[in-house]
Amino acid sequence: MDFNTAAETNIFDRPKILGKAVPRRDGPLKTTGRAPYAYERHDVAEGQLVGYPLGSAIAKGRILSMDTEAARAAPGVRAIVTTLDMEAMPVPSEMHTAHLFGGDKVEHYHQAIAVVVAETFEQARAATALIKVEYDADEGAEFDLLAAYEKMKDTPVDPEVSKGDFETAFANAAHRIDRTYVTTPQNHAQMEPQATVAAWDENGNVTLWTSNQMIQWAKKAVAKTFEMDVEKVRVDSPYVGGGFGNKLFIRSDVVLAALGAKAAGQPVKLAMPRPFVMNNTTHRAGTVQRIRIGTDAQGKIVALAHEGTSNTLPGGSGEDATNQSQHFYAADTLLIATRLAEMHLPEANAMRAPGEASGLMGLEMAMDEMAEELGMDPVQFRLVNDTDTSPATGKKFSDRNFARCLTEGAERFGWENRNTTPGSRREGDWLIGHGVAGAFRPSPATTSGARVRLQADGRIIVETDMTDIGTGSYTIIAQTVAEAMGMDIEDVEVRLGDSAFPVSSGSGGQFGAVSSTAGAYAACTALRREVARRIGHNDADGLSFARGNVTAGAKETPLVDIAPEGEIVAEDKVKFGSFRKDRMVATFAAHFVEVGVNAWTGEVRVRRMLGVCDAGRIMNPTTALSQVIGGMVMGVGAALSEEIAVDTAKGVFINHDLANYEVPVHADIPEQEVVFLDTLDPVSGPLKSKGVGELGLCGVAGAVANAVYNATGVRAREYPITLDKLLDGLPEV
Amino acid sequence: MRAFSYEKVKNPAGAAARAAEVANAKFVAGGTNLLDLMKLEIETPLHLIDVNGLGLDRIEGTDDGGLRIGTLVRNTALAADERVKRDYPVLTRALMAGASGQLRNKATTGGNLLQRTRCPYFYDTAMACNKRKPGSGCAAQAPGAFSRQLGVVGVSEACIATHPSDMAVAMRALDAVVETVMPEGETRAIPLADFHLLPGHTPEVETALKPGELITAVTLPAPVGGHQSYTKVRDRSSYAFALVSVALIRQPDGSGAVALGGVAPKPWRNAAADKLLPEGAKAVMAELMKDARPTEQNRYKIKLAERTLASALNEAKG
Ligand SMILES: Cc1cc2nc3c(=O)[nH]c(=O)nc-3n(C[C@H](O)[C@H](O)[C@H](O)COP(=O)(O)OP(=O)(O)OC[C@H]3O[C@@H](n4cnc5c(N)ncnc54)[C@H](O)[C@@H]3O)c2cc1C
Ligand code: SF4
Repeated sequence: MDFNTAAETNIFDRPKILGKAVPRRDGPLKTTGRAPYAYERHDVAEGQLVGYPLGSAIAKGRILSMDTEAARAAPGVRAIVTTLDMEAMPVPSEMHTAHLFGGDKVEHYHQAIAVVVAETFEQARAATALIKVEYDADEGAEFDLLAAYEKMKDTPVDPEVSKGDFETAFANAAHRIDRTYVTTPQNHAQMEPQATVAAWDENGNVTLWTSNQMIQWAKKAVAKTFEMDVEKVRVDSPYVGGGFGNKLFIRSDVVLAALGAKAAGQPVKLAMPRPFVMNNTTHRAGTVQRIRIGTDAQGKIVALAHEGTSNTLPGGSGEDATNQSQHFYAADTLLIATRLAEMHLPEANAMRAPGEASGLMGLEMAMDEMAEELGMDPVQFRLVNDTDTSPATGKKFSDRNFARCLTEGAERFGWENRNTTPGSRREGDWLIGHGVAGAFRPSPATTSGARVRLQADGRIIVETDMTDIGTGSYTIIAQTVAEAMGMDIEDVEVRLGDSAFPVSSGSGGQFGAVSSTAGAYAACTALRREVARRIGHNDADGLSFARGNVTAGAKETPLVDIAPEGEIVAEDKVKFGSFRKDRMVATFAAHFVEVGVNAWTGEVRVRRMLGVCDAGRIMNPTTALSQVIGGMVMGVGAALSEEIAVDTAKGVFINHDLANYEVPVHADIPEQEVVFLDTLDPVSGPLKSKGVGELGLCGVAGAVANAVYNATGVRAREYPITLDKLLDGLPEV
Repeated sequence: MRAFSYEKVKNPAGAAARAAEVANAKFVAGGTNLLDLMKLEIETPLHLIDVNGLGLDRIEGTDDGGLRIGTLVRNTALAADERVKRDYPVLTRALMAGASGQLRNKATTGGNLLQRTRCPYFYDTAMACNKRKPGSGCAAQAPGAFSRQLGVVGVSEACIATHPSDMAVAMRALDAVVETVMPEGETRAIPLADFHLLPGHTPEVETALKPGELITAVTLPAPVGGHQSYTKVRDRSSYAFALVSVALIRQPDGSGAVALGGVAPKPWRNAAADKLLPEGAKAVMAELMKDARPTEQNRYKIKLAERTLASALNEAKG
């Protein structure tokens, strides 16, 4: 199916099941422990041994020697593979930066340097500790983003976007601010660590039962890393215990399990220990963001510059905090530039809403500061600078209702009742403040395929290598198919995550829901055609599919009668035409937050949150709500507590467990209110829906930060806003 | 984790005797700290002596009107005990501010006192740490280190780790005493004030316990009344160790006791500071922090401690 023009009125406009709050299909399985995660796939391969990884103890340098004698002699040990046994394996894909294994060169702390395979987990772990490694560490390597920024900030770079004469417009602006914001590196901190069961057969085929968001990428990456034929690789990942981008790409668990299995001649399972997840996999890079805004006397932005600097391993792309600033607000002139500070910290890569999540932490605080400079209400300031066209590309937004998010949100939240003098509202021990921020995140879509199999009993099986990372893919795909075929949702079975299934979009960049449901719809369209043929029609136009029947004129045929012997299989994929790129397809939100700041100690507690989202058709209010409230929780973490602590001399993420990397706990999260505007975006896809998975996080931290300022009068420009950054500005005791 | 052997013993004296007899033995109680450390090979005992089931899980009155808390009393049970809630509310509050429900159900009184530091470098065996490996250095004080959560006072060049317990801070304010039995069978009583040691040049030596010595109980003197509070300040509302905590007992005449957590290698209290309570937080804190040697990153704790005490005093005055 080619999606080459905007969707017209179609079956999804009079939905019976799409758009309904259907409960998550995987919910009961997960809450009762019946959804097997990768490490629990005991039944898929017999004779599983256990692998345990060893990570490098230095961040940069070479390995001189590895003594595995004691480890090999340890009880239960069946195989050991060290990085010195082979040359560096190829980097798995262009989207990876670090080598995952092989060779004597160390690129970052806890790079995988050995895997020990033993009969039990305890044996493997104990033996790993017996390996002695001699290093030649590079002295004087630097790991300090702020120091690197100081050195590079005055060196000119080619801007990514330069529209008009920013410098002149800024110099002549009636009002202006010039501020620098800092975000620290963050970890995805998903519950399930990377884990893989690997098994080779006698023909050199490998199967990897793993936890991954992008099955096709994983399959190709395994083939590239092992320099083998891609058709010899199978990847299976039906349940993923959280990913947030940390599982977009294969990581060393896959490589170590496969190497270990090969060496031991038996299947091997391996899960990453938590510190290893933190230092061996990927993180969201830290950023330093200089933002300059100039406005005219009425508050219209005449000049906007956003320069972002982030850390990366050499050759990587860091975190681009500037993207939203190109498109979000009307700006007469623009200057957008990025710098990469190369250093040997672990690989920086995508984490939920890469770019915008960090970029809006800077931009939305800057918008608040600019509004204050102007003496203008921050909601009003954003409204004044609303736009239906991206200032950087000149392209029109396909559908943009940001102004409604702001005004309806302000109304619901009681924004007008807030105190406008920072630091002046106190209830007992608590200083009370309110903040607002806008959110913007593109809503891309990408080719996605599916197969639908109409069974003799009238049920349908859907197969696609799409993943459900806790987002609700199983559920919304079932809804889409039930809608398209006019069936009960109970009669639709959805199978995901297996590379033997048609290639889908996968889960990432909030493109998964839009793309994979459209792919399922494409397959259903093919099936409807085939059903039509079976009842003597050339195509499905004019036929109606409802209540498990197909009706042609007066003749009603139950679907159970269509394929009495065997099944009918139809497969197709959706391809999104270039017309979609002529528009900016994006999602928007406004977030409103109330905080209390303890006047004595500076502890910040969020008291109330509201998010108003504009994301096209909401396919399932339950799963969409879960995505947004989950994003809001993550935003509170980003604002107040989540920080990878970098030892800037050793290049180590030192708070590498979930006791020390502080994501919010239940007690940190107040009642959250979420409103979805009833919008439709026909340019986005046949279902007129857009992504919400990343939107929910965007802007939240900025709203929290602005509320903290409103409460205290202290403007902390370095996230997370921990109490030590507020203490000096709090009222005397 | 290294392979280890395990035994259950019959009585407290027997436990102590066995611990002295078997090389590299340790007691295990709730296991919530020890087992984690063993998995990481920060602790590597070859033999574990299980002290559960020795009848040390009772809370009973003492002759002088105080309470004797058996070492195996779980944190949850101790916090919920009616006598503790009524007569020693600072202790209930401190316990409830610690860890999580599941951990408190397992954690024991003795184990809590003996839990080891949460310094992140102590937890990473690739890092230099004098406490874990004497003489290897202190990574937390090297240039570029992350020391925001570590100690500011009572610390040394060898180590700036804090003692992480909340319970111990309240017990220190209550003048608790630790009761033990030695391998030879004698018993002794160690005031909590003398129980934890400052690091000096030997941060690996953390308590006054002798090899094999078993904690049997902690006793609290007769109730002192007054307004009692435990204020724990941290980066999230729950499930985090204290950046600073303040156990306060304030009598109507303004006198009382104050002990700090999160700032030192042991619950931090001194008599001179207590005497200054009527003068307010600033005076008390000047005394408690007089020999402070903070890092750039944790200097804020000095101000935070003062403000936290001020808050607690404000609340006590009602
Ligand atoms: C994630 C997490 C968060 C936590 N948060 C907090 C917090 O916020 N505040 C807080 O105060 N604590 C916190 N804790 C620590 C917790 O309170 C301790 O782990 C617990 O109190 C230890 O008690 P246990 O009985 O399990 O000790 P064990 O782990 O069994 O033993 C600890 C040590 O004590 C020794 N030992 C035990 N009993 C005796 C005895 N009778 N005589 C001599 N030696 C003995 C053992 O040999 C061992 O060395 C946290 C722990 C975890 C894992
Ligand atoms: S502060 Fe103490 S525990 Fe931490 S690294 Fe230094 S010596 Fe080890």
